[in-house]
Amino acid sequence: MNASSTHTQPVITVANIVKRYQMGQNEVLALRGVDLTVNKGEFVAIMGSSGSGKSTLMNVLGCLDIPTSGSYVLDGVPVNGLSRNALADLRNHKLGFVFQGFNLLARTTAIDNVELPLLYDRTSRWTNTRQLAGDALTRVGLGDRQDHEPSELSGGQQQRVAIARALVTHPTLLLADEPSGNLDSRTTLEVMALFQELNDQGITILMVTHEPDVALYTKRIVAMRDGRIIRDEPVAGRRRAADDLLMHDSDTPIPVEVAA
Amino acid sequence: MKQSTLFKVATQSILKNKMRTLLTMLGIVIGVGAVIVMVAVGSGAQNAIEKQISSLGTNMIVITPGSSTQGGASQGAGSFNRLTIDDAEMLISQSTLLTAVSPVIVTRIQAIGGSGNWRTSVNGVSTDYLTIRDWAVSAGELFMDDDIRTKRKVAVLGSTVADNLFPDGNAVGAQIQLSRSPFTIVGVLQPKGQTASGEDQDDVILVPYTTAQDRLSGRSFLAQILASTASPDDIAAAMQEVSLIMRDSHELTGGAVEDDFTVRDQTALAAAATSTTSVMTGLLAAIASISLFVGGIGIMNIMLVSVTERTREIGIRMAIGARGSDVLTQFLVESIVMSVLGGVIGIGAGIGGAALLGRLTGWATSTPMSAVLMAVGFSAAVGVFFGYYPAHKAASLNPIEALRFE
Repeated sequence: MNASSTHTQPVITVANIVKRYQMGQNEVLALRGVDLTVNKGEFVAIMGSSGSGKSTLMNVLGCLDIPTSGSYVLDGVPVNGLSRNALADLRNHKLGFVFQGFNLLARTTAIDNVELPLLYDRTSRWTNTRQLAGDALTRVGLGDRQDHEPSELSGGQQQRVAIARALVTHPTLLLADEPSGNLDSRTTLEVMALFQELNDQGITILMVTHEPDVALYTKRIVAMRDGRIIRDEPVAGRRRAADDLLMHDSDTPIPVEVAA
Repeated sequence: MKQSTLFKVATQSILKNKMRTLLTMLGIVIGVGAVIVMVAVGSGAQNAIEKQISSLGTNMIVITPGSSTQGGASQGAGSFNRLTIDDAEMLISQSTLLTAVSPVIVTRIQAIGGSGNWRTSVNGVSTDYLTIRDWAVSAGELFMDDDIRTKRKVAVLGSTVADNLFPDGNAVGAQIQLSRSPFTIVGVLQPKGQTASGEDQDDVILVPYTTAQDRLSGRSFLAQILASTASPDDIAAAMQEVSLIMRDSHELTGGAVEDDFTVRDQTALAAAATSTTSVMTGLLAAIASISLFVGGIGIMNIMLVSVTERTREIGIRMAIGARGSDVLTQFLVESIVMSVLGGVIGIGAGIGGAALLGRLTGWATSTPMSAVLMAVGFSAAVGVFFGYYPAHKAASLNPIEALRFE
């Protein structure tokens, strides 16, 4: 239940990852040799402008995309050469996804959305899926909105349902792709406060963002450009989203600091 | 994913788009409904035709005199008449398969009585005649075996004769003159209508064959002998039996001697009519199957649109751990549920439609169980066949591209 960095085994070990794909006539080199290690309990922000390769890296780390070359070990499991089905099972067992556009199933209640990953589990290790989904919603503060459909929820609430869905399987790693991209400043703070709370509980989080002030809520910033990591350092002057939320509500302007 | 969960997910997704689901199912509903209505109308027509044919005489065998040859020229049917009452009696006593036998003596006589006179066919028959012809009296009754034994002068009028001589309808009990002999009318037959060749079957008077032979015809030869069996299945065997008894009766020994009589039945006619209607039923069902096929294409169309429309949903499901096979099964179950549901509604609509059509047009319709089962099986097959391609397409989507899909 703490964020210390003494660990036996990294959650992510990536060595010399290259991703090349065809785009019409042109060959695009999206990743040009990325090395990255993320340990348990870390909260990492991946930053970079569009085209920097951060989304491709995210897809590779999320087992949605297969790198052209290089090795990737996720929580002790070598991902290279796994079949489509094995990748699907790996996503189900070890990963939780939070997307910019929330990506909830429309016309489906919050609890049904959250329950879904448990239903796709083939090991039948989950017995009371309904109960677990309800618990996950309570954990993100939406215990009273279980039967609401996405259209009946605000953006911040929808993102919290998505976070509950990502957490319900107790994943090794939470992957968030621009989670605050569609949110206003206050709900962004809410979501960041929730992430920090979850991270304090020991959940490893990897977040892609292009907003420097959002990255300040993490512990480590990895900056990318042209398919390479150009900077990888701990956050100086880390902020607590819960505190900023109080300041925001008392109408105090939030001091903006750009990461050094 | 568990079977029950899978079914739940599929039905949820169907219920989420009620209007689209209804419109998709409509194709199958109309297809299955059309198949059932067509088959019902077809088999109704078949039943009606079979009934009409059986009204010519149920399981009837007709024995007529044979032909003779004089100087190499055949004289045609009936030119050599040795058909006698003895033959009829021999058939009655020796046959094991015939359930009714009646000799028929035919004369044309001017009948006088009631309001005038009327030239008609007077047939001398036995009490089995009406059973063989599947005929009944509308007033009074047929003469008895006792009347035949005592050669009583009693007559039963066909409805045409009764209408002409007794327009007031009080024929039973009245007297008519046939060949200057007074006959008492004991009954009037139900109208039977025309034969296929346009002959009025009701223009007839029936009298005991014994009386006819004595008083009217004066000849000992019969125009024909009619006989019937208990079931149409016995007809073939009965015809062989009749031939043997007749040959024995006519003392035709040795294979070289030809029959001097002819034995015919109605099954050839019945078989032709039945095969005609079954061809018609098949044709109607084939036409209706085309609409079922079109309905299936409708399902495939909607499922393809649905896969495109739900690309993002598929991406989400894959991102959180759905395997390709999970997605494939989900879409397949959806299309099967839709088409089977459409099939069930279509059966209801088809049976209802057939009943309504039957009432409006007066056609006899009947829905065979086999058609219902075939329609259900076919609609499920349509679901699998036309659902597979879109489902496969959904299952092979790349999760990243699916998630990025706007």
